[in-house]
Amino acid sequence: MSADHFISIEGITKRFPASGGASTTIFEDLWLAMRRGEFTCLIGHSGCGKTTVLNILAGLDQPTSGAVIVDNHEIFGPSLDRAVIFQSHALLPWRSVLGNVAYAVASKWRSWSRPEIEAHARKFIDLVGLSGAERKRPAELSGGMKQRVGIARALAIEPKIMLMDEPFSALDALTRGTLQDEVRRICTSTGQTVFMITHDVDEAIYLADRIVLMTNGPEAVLAEIVENPLPKERARHDIHRHPFYYGVRNHIIDFLVSRSRNFRADGGAFDKRHVPIVRPGANDKIETAGAGGDRNCAPYAA
Amino acid sequence: MAASLALRSAVLSVALFAGFILVWHLATNTHQTVQAMDPEYAKLMGMTVTQGKSAMPGPLDVATKIWDHLKDPFYDRGSNDKGLGIQLAYSIARVMVGYLIAVAVAIPVGFLIGMSPLLSRALDPFIQILKPISPLAWMPLALYTIKDSSLSAIFVIFICSLWPTLINTAFGVASVRREWLNVARTLEVGVFRRAFTIILPAAAPTILTGMRISIGIAWLVIVAAEMLVGGTGIGYFVWNEWNNLSITNVIAAILVIGVVGMAFDQILARLTRLVTFPE
Repeated sequence: MSADHFISIEGITKRFPASGGASTTIFEDLWLAMRRGEFTCLIGHSGCGKTTVLNILAGLDQPTSGAVIVDNHEIFGPSLDRAVIFQSHALLPWRSVLGNVAYAVASKWRSWSRPEIEAHARKFIDLVGLSGAERKRPAELSGGMKQRVGIARALAIEPKIMLMDEPFSALDALTRGTLQDEVRRICTSTGQTVFMITHDVDEAIYLADRIVLMTNGPEAVLAEIVENPLPKERARHDIHRHPFYYGVRNHIIDFLVSRSRNFRADGGAFDKRHVPIVRPGANDKIETAGAGGDRNCAPYAA
Repeated sequence: MAASLALRSAVLSVALFAGFILVWHLATNTHQTVQAMDPEYAKLMGMTVTQGKSAMPGPLDVATKIWDHLKDPFYDRGSNDKGLGIQLAYSIARVMVGYLIAVAVAIPVGFLIGMSPLLSRALDPFIQILKPISPLAWMPLALYTIKDSSLSAIFVIFICSLWPTLINTAFGVASVRREWLNVARTLEVGVFRRAFTIILPAAAPTILTGMRISIGIAWLVIVAAEMLVGGTGIGYFVWNEWNNLSITNVIAAILVIGVVGMAFDQILARLTRLVTFPE
């Protein structure tokens, strides 16, 4: 298996039973591959099933059909390989900051002694800039600090992939910016593979290597994969001066405003297994997955 | 003026108390028409012992009586004349034994019900039918099967303190926030570790609230239970003093029952505050 398919979503479908014996299809036959060390953002409107995709990746939810392969193994249920950062931070309120992170560490390395666990936890509390607040309870922290603890807890178990479900959507703009900087710094320096759900276009452009566009539900599909044309070394303060910035931004916003609603996947040309990859910029060059050979998302295709 | 709220409420409390004592004193201090009453009728009305005074003791009589009890709470002059302290100790011991057994049963069973929708539905009809039964209705059955009055009283305490703790535990366990359970799932936490490190602390405030309701009911029921089974205990004391027509002792006992009940409630309230977490 190639490095392109570190994580591979293979034809997952999710249906919920609806009234009268019918069923509602949230999404059908989704295919997506992620590379090791890649930061992928999934963007789409509320209710299109983004969170369901993430929950399936996390193992918290099961697809009606299809499978998810992580590092050559099909996943069945949650795993310490896949850390989740919840939108609502989901800290245990009766534990301190250190207690929350240490709980995760102790879950991963069960034979470790208490000092080992705490030292490891402190390292990650330090990484997210919360040194000195170890003994505080979540209730004493601001929203941004709580989410930092959530990030430290996820990083502390050194997962293969970090799954983030709109982690900053409940924060004010200033805090959100700082936390995005931190996440970017940490992820680029550690080579962490990240799958993040968002509905904030600028957040996606700033953080992601690839931005996956999802149409509105029900029966949502992955319409496009946008390769971020901005250089890997980018800074928040001058990102908007990059010649490609508005090209990407307009492309995604156009999608969210109109195409996400009107997109029809039943046209003969659209192949759900080979979601078109676009690289908006100077000349909106469009290539399809599979054309380059190394982006074939269907290793088991007949 | 906010700071003086405590002071003002205290002043009002004292004033209300003083007013009540004064009215009580005036109402019982009047030399009523007892002398004019037919002695036979007065006897029927339980007034002969008072020699012209009301049979209802005044606050001063009660205060003196309570002082007597406090000076010597643990005397024992035979089965019908034991100190108030001894009687209280019997009642508290029965309540504690019945209550602790009930808690030891209710919390694990409540956990199972809370964690298993199957058990929850299967046991629900039994709980719904057993819960509203007055605990004293179990007394004849308990006396017949256990054949020991003291154990029967403990059984009645057990059965009445079972339900609030059981129901609150089941509710607290069932309503643990999904996201905390998801945290445990993503960290691959095992069943037992999850029960003790996530569910128990999350449900603890609800469980303790159930235990607080339970101890309140247990203390309500013990008085009635001891009136029925007799022998020892504060409930028996009240009934015995009624038979002695010592209203003073009855009032003294009522006050003591209230104080002990309040103490139980406060202890559980403290414990609840200890396990409550701010969100």
